[in-house]
Amino acid sequence: MKVHFKIKRFNPEKDKKPYWGEYDVEADESDRVLDALQTVKWDIDGTLNFRRSCAHGICGSDAMRINGRNALACKLLIRDAVQGGKITIEPILGLPVIKDLIVDMEPFFAHYRTVMPFLINNTTPGERERLQSPEDRERYDDSTKCILCACCTTSCPSFWARGDYVGPAAIVQAHRFIFDSRDQGAAERLKVLGEPDGVWRCRTVFNCTDVCPRDIQVTRVIGEVKAALITGKID
Amino acid sequence: MAQYHQFDALVVGAGGAGLMAALYASKSVNTAVISKLYPTRSHTGAAQGGISAALGNMEQDKWEWHAYDTVKGGDFLSDQDAVDILCKEAVEAVIDLEHMGLPFDRTPEGKISQRRFGGHSNNETKQPVQRACHAADRTGHMILQTLYQQCIKNNVRFFDEFQVVDMIVVDGTCRGVVAVELKTGEIHVFHTKALMLATGGFGKMWKISSNAHSLTGDGPAIALRKGLPLQDMEFYQFHPTGIYKMGILLSEAARGEGAIFINDKGERFMERYAPTMKDLASRDVCSRSIYKEVRAGNGIGGKDYVYLDFRPERINRFFENDGNPRRVDAEYIEKRLPDIIEFVRVYMGIDPITEPVPVQPTAHYAMGGIPTDLNARVLSDENGTVVQGLYAAGEVACVSVHGANRLGTNSLVDLIVFGRRGGKQMAEFAKQAVFLPISQDEHSPAEVILNGIRNGAGKERPGQIRKELQLHMDEHVSVFRTKQGLETALEEIHELKERYKQIHIDDKGAQWNTDLMEAWELGCLLDLAEVTAISALARQESRGGHYREDFPDRDDKIFLKHTNVWNDNRLAYKPVHIGRYQPTERKY
Repeated sequence: MKVHFKIKRFNPEKDKKPYWGEYDVEADESDRVLDALQTVKWDIDGTLNFRRSCAHGICGSDAMRINGRNALACKLLIRDAVQGGKITIEPILGLPVIKDLIVDMEPFFAHYRTVMPFLINNTTPGERERLQSPEDRERYDDSTKCILCACCTTSCPSFWARGDYVGPAAIVQAHRFIFDSRDQGAAERLKVLGEPDGVWRCRTVFNCTDVCPRDIQVTRVIGEVKAALITGKID
Repeated sequence: MAQYHQFDALVVGAGGAGLMAALYASKSVNTAVISKLYPTRSHTGAAQGGISAALGNMEQDKWEWHAYDTVKGGDFLSDQDAVDILCKEAVEAVIDLEHMGLPFDRTPEGKISQRRFGGHSNNETKQPVQRACHAADRTGHMILQTLYQQCIKNNVRFFDEFQVVDMIVVDGTCRGVVAVELKTGEIHVFHTKALMLATGGFGKMWKISSNAHSLTGDGPAIALRKGLPLQDMEFYQFHPTGIYKMGILLSEAARGEGAIFINDKGERFMERYAPTMKDLASRDVCSRSIYKEVRAGNGIGGKDYVYLDFRPERINRFFENDGNPRRVDAEYIEKRLPDIIEFVRVYMGIDPITEPVPVQPTAHYAMGGIPTDLNARVLSDENGTVVQGLYAAGEVACVSVHGANRLGTNSLVDLIVFGRRGGKQMAEFAKQAVFLPISQDEHSPAEVILNGIRNGAGKERPGQIRKELQLHMDEHVSVFRTKQGLETALEEIHELKERYKQIHIDDKGAQWNTDLMEAWELGCLLDLAEVTAISALARQESRGGHYREDFPDRDDKIFLKHTNVWNDNRLAYKPVHIGRYQPTERKY
């Protein structure tokens, strides 16, 4: 089928402001949106720039705003994306655009680093694994799925309004450790997340949950961190 | 003018091997990691089913059994001293990962949970053993995340989205690399005492591939161009369960949990090819069996695919036939294989819980690569001459532990074990070494090449050449090979290399020019495809992943040896390190 793509373009070396590039692409309805973008790049216009790597929803490179909604271009099929023969693609919002669909991810990863995204446990482990019950392991399973694609954070109106907000992805990462029975850093992490730019900027809009390509219950995860802050208990 | 940096130790590539090496090197020397992707985008994250180690958490197991399985899986081409290290150190390496926080699935007692995987067996009963430590079917994701987290904790310096395009080798010693900062297009020179190449594989020379777009073999191509050999390039693994037409991987863990292959007649055909291990035979055996079925007209609807069936009632029926008391239900399968079930639902629009899944072999993993010794030091010839200051680990390297065919889960073991050994070795070396001088214009050759591509005005498009290369490789340098096919492939590759000199690109700019970098990567793939075909043509036998229809038997008298190939097409061979296990006929 023929699909008409409208893609927001910007080349910092040439353009004063972004403009829409329009391309007609022959695609199968079972193709990924990413496949069609590759067709544009390889066969029509090599100047189009976007990040991509694994092409099956695992590496988190190709988050973009497709028909007004964040998604991974490699995990959305043409038949599910096309609306009246058209697909509109823009860079994700809230991060500075560098070129075409490529945004500056540094502010996103800076927020990630503030929550101390690593196991904190100052006891000396034995020669074998630390034990953890299947129930304790299950407790934080959902947040281990995060691939740091930024779909959630860049769909969040609170983040759009204030870039200093750590954003849902960083909170998911914090949750992954706060609720891990092996971790001892909950107090430090909760201190960061209790700051004005921590979890309380979340207004439970649910955009993050709606768009998460890993189906993480992001709003619920954030709610659990809020509850931990209020009650002082982690359970 | 190029920007200049200096680090005691430098790692190129931020997958499992690179991050593990950086973590260990950074404990004692000033270390940096250069990666063309953000580290968490690396393809280690796509590994699914598990990482093997003889922990014995579920049933009796021994690292020596793991070693034998690895050697047998490699069709006796593995170097057995390296395999011993791999399997022995796997145990402490997996425990190390757990201590770093890796969220493994757990047994009821709270230990790391393990499951069955292809080719892994109890050496006494010959039955599949539960050896693969797992976190659902996203074990690689968890390894990558955990290692990156630890690097952040330890303040490892990262140069994200910097692409290495050249290596500085003077008088047989490695002194650094030249890289492009993608955001600005600026050239940077990195001066180092110890460099590790950990750039992963090159599976994008095939069309049907499980590999990421970024897996273009930059590291091995640079090594080749610097006059270093590549080893055992003819041994490339085609994983039997790629999603039909797309090549997306469906983990062997599916069969570890009980899934089976079914042909058009509804037969469980692996019973005929591997009577003991059946669907859990090694990957090369399964991939060949699938294509034999297809050739016999037993592909689904007469086409070039078969079914992978993981419907619970079917799995249970085959458990019953095998006298296996295990039973599964939909909830269990969803819990153990959530990601691959989702892949099937998203990309094929079918539900694997109620329908069988069309699969075909997909280009997956390079057993060959840059030859190294047991401490990840790169070797410059068949006599084992070490290149001072240069290391390699992970898929890019050939130690060789995987021999002619890698067992499932052993790629992750390789990353962790040899990444760690390499990192420690680099630190030891860098502590006592001095920075050897480099000249002011080390960046010039790379700049000349990149500007040549940028300003090229020929009529060829890189995208078209890439497409043709992939089709030729799928056709002639795949699961089944012949002299005629390989010669045809070589002619086609040579023609493509000529046409590559006539390319033009659209983007002439500096900043984030992926048009330019992809064209440069295509040059890497072409060089690697050529030495792959040359190595395959010269090996007139069938062993592991390399199957010659015109030489269908293994020939230990002549070919129990590793291939080294150079950029000028020169070939040399070196002996396999045999240890406890003498080569025998390989049966599953």
